[in-house]
Amino acid sequence: MLNIFKNRILKGIVTRHIEPELSKDVEAIGSQLQSLIQKRFGRSLNIREVDTGSCGACESEIISANNPIYDLQRFGINFVASPRHADALLITGPLSKNMLLALKKTYAAMPSPKFVITLGDCASDGGIFKDSYYTQESVKEILPVALHIPGCPPSPLTIIKALIAFLR
Amino acid sequence: MDCPEIISRIRKEFPQFSPLFSALVYPDELRLRVEPKDFKDTCIALHKILPSPIEALFAVDERKAAQKFAINCVFVSFKERQWIILSMDIPEENPAFESLARSIYSASLFEREIKEMFGIEPKGNPDLRRLNLHDEVWPQGNYPLRKDFKKAQGDVQGEYKFDRVDGVGVFEVPVGPVHAGIIGPGHFRFSVAGEPIINLEARLGFTHRGVEKLFEGKLYPQALRLAECVSGDSSFAHSLSFTQAAEKIAMIPVPKQAAYIRAVFLELERMYNHANDIGGMSLDVGFSFPAALAAIIKEAILQLNEKLSASRYLKGVNCAGGVLTEIDEAKKELICRSLKNIQQDFSELVKILNSSVSFMDRVDTTGVLRRKTAEDLGIVGLAARASGIPTDLRKYFPGVYQEAKFKMAVEQSGDCLARLKVRIAEFEESARLIGEFLDKIKPGEINRVELELREGSALGYTEGWRGPVLYWLKTNSGGLIERCKIVDPSFHNWQGLAYAVLGNIIPDFPLCNKSFDLSYSGNDL
Repeated sequence: MLNIFKNRILKGIVTRHIEPELSKDVEAIGSQLQSLIQKRFGRSLNIREVDTGSCGACESEIISANNPIYDLQRFGINFVASPRHADALLITGPLSKNMLLALKKTYAAMPSPKFVITLGDCASDGGIFKDSYYTQESVKEILPVALHIPGCPPSPLTIIKALIAFLR
Repeated sequence: MDCPEIISRIRKEFPQFSPLFSALVYPDELRLRVEPKDFKDTCIALHKILPSPIEALFAVDERKAAQKFAINCVFVSFKERQWIILSMDIPEENPAFESLARSIYSASLFEREIKEMFGIEPKGNPDLRRLNLHDEVWPQGNYPLRKDFKKAQGDVQGEYKFDRVDGVGVFEVPVGPVHAGIIGPGHFRFSVAGEPIINLEARLGFTHRGVEKLFEGKLYPQALRLAECVSGDSSFAHSLSFTQAAEKIAMIPVPKQAAYIRAVFLELERMYNHANDIGGMSLDVGFSFPAALAAIIKEAILQLNEKLSASRYLKGVNCAGGVLTEIDEAKKELICRSLKNIQQDFSELVKILNSSVSFMDRVDTTGVLRRKTAEDLGIVGLAARASGIPTDLRKYFPGVYQEAKFKMAVEQSGDCLARLKVRIAEFEESARLIGEFLDKIKPGEINRVELELREGSALGYTEGWRGPVLYWLKTNSGGLIERCKIVDPSFHNWQGLAYAVLGNIIPDFPLCNKSFDLSYSGNDL
């Protein structure tokens, strides 16, 4: 227990831990994001993530965006456990045939108004897995996609910046 | 015949053994071919004498060139530092072979895969339900890895039948494929009586993308990009195994400098993933402070990766023939400086975990995978080492790791605590190894790109952070890939998780799951 307190005091604010420059960036664009979310969504934007066949790198970067360095949550973005709590659906990976039904059900379970974001190169049109016998052509043909965040995988900063550009 | 020793050892177990072909095709790869009737007994003999689980069992469609299918079975011998690939030919008409699953459990999943992908019948396998081609979306009788497969035809029928546990007070708890966290999709069917889990069946395959088929007809550079996207958190290990197989076929020796650089990146990949999992384990018991510290460590390593290779997940580092990323003096200093901070944070993290009685209480004796069970299931890599099985490719195969006097971490208890301890020890060992490798890196040649395209097949293997990542590659004379078989350690180890959770309560499942941290995409391919 003492250790934890000691750490807590010694460490201070860890968002400045690795790169002071980076932290400044994050905070500057983060406050933009926060004011946009205040304006458009009242208080916060709740996102439900669904992996429809991704390799896991996109998930890793979304988790990173929530780590103490970037800490997306402090700007008003929450990743929620249930589609019932979500404003937006975030889809990663090519669309595997096996995930089609689960994806449709997840979307149907979300209350309106709702919108869909795709993240990562494979999510828009299958990317490198496009010609496979087991991937559906595109999410766009099944759900209305409002925003696509490119990258393989997009870094946490890219994700944050793309969200700002979209909300503006 | 240049491999008499192993043949005489097989004969002791199986006296009628007479291979049709035997050759040491590469210094680390012994190939044997037998009559179909001898295949099963030879496998059982090898399984017993080495001893080795079945590391891979897969089919190759050679009907166009030779009117047959080939089945290959891969074993590893740590003593001889060799991979043993046993093969047999089976005719194209009504293809079938005698199942190994009842004698060697680790063959079971591979046989199901052969059946669904090639339509080759493993006669006598008690479970032939499909793994990746879900009955609900893929019509029967379509075998996508056959060369003449074009498009799925027919109507979808039937549905997957879960194992059921019946009885008074037995409940089924279905979870997934969409989970609460930011994680891959999988369906878990728990049967519980009161609180303890009495059966867990994991139905996977939700991220099946037909990766092995996509490799076919590609040249190395495009295929390498694909290998990096098989399992996102092991992209370096996958690309390394793939390039090793390609280099073996092309018979190009990799420059020594490249071998050191590859080892540095492989260990960096291990470090960020181990930090992530240690954080994940503490988060899954609701202990968020160390989880935050672990996330900082992971982020620091990812940022170091980016500075070194311009990719946080080390994509684009490997090429067939070496590496494309140099490590010069400035980068060496950067690594040393960063690692010093990272190690300091890590030792604090370990101290916090060790001094928390409630955390230790949660991980100690939770999710036990006994050594015997692990051996029978053919568990590999980190999970095997935590159950007392001394298995690590870095330890036994010659190369830069032996030079650096690699020390293998093994624990006996097989619980979540053991897997945590192995991770902690490996993280520290990786940091030490990187230091050793950096001392050896000098300016010099780092790749030989003039790759000769030729016909052949070879096995590439790497001890990734979860365990051995295998790539078996077959190319034609134009250098195009004809077949690529990928075995991610997750394919073996998901079954280990299903046994480890027995007797535990469902609230401990996230912890058990995280202590293995298996890949969905690496398993589903």
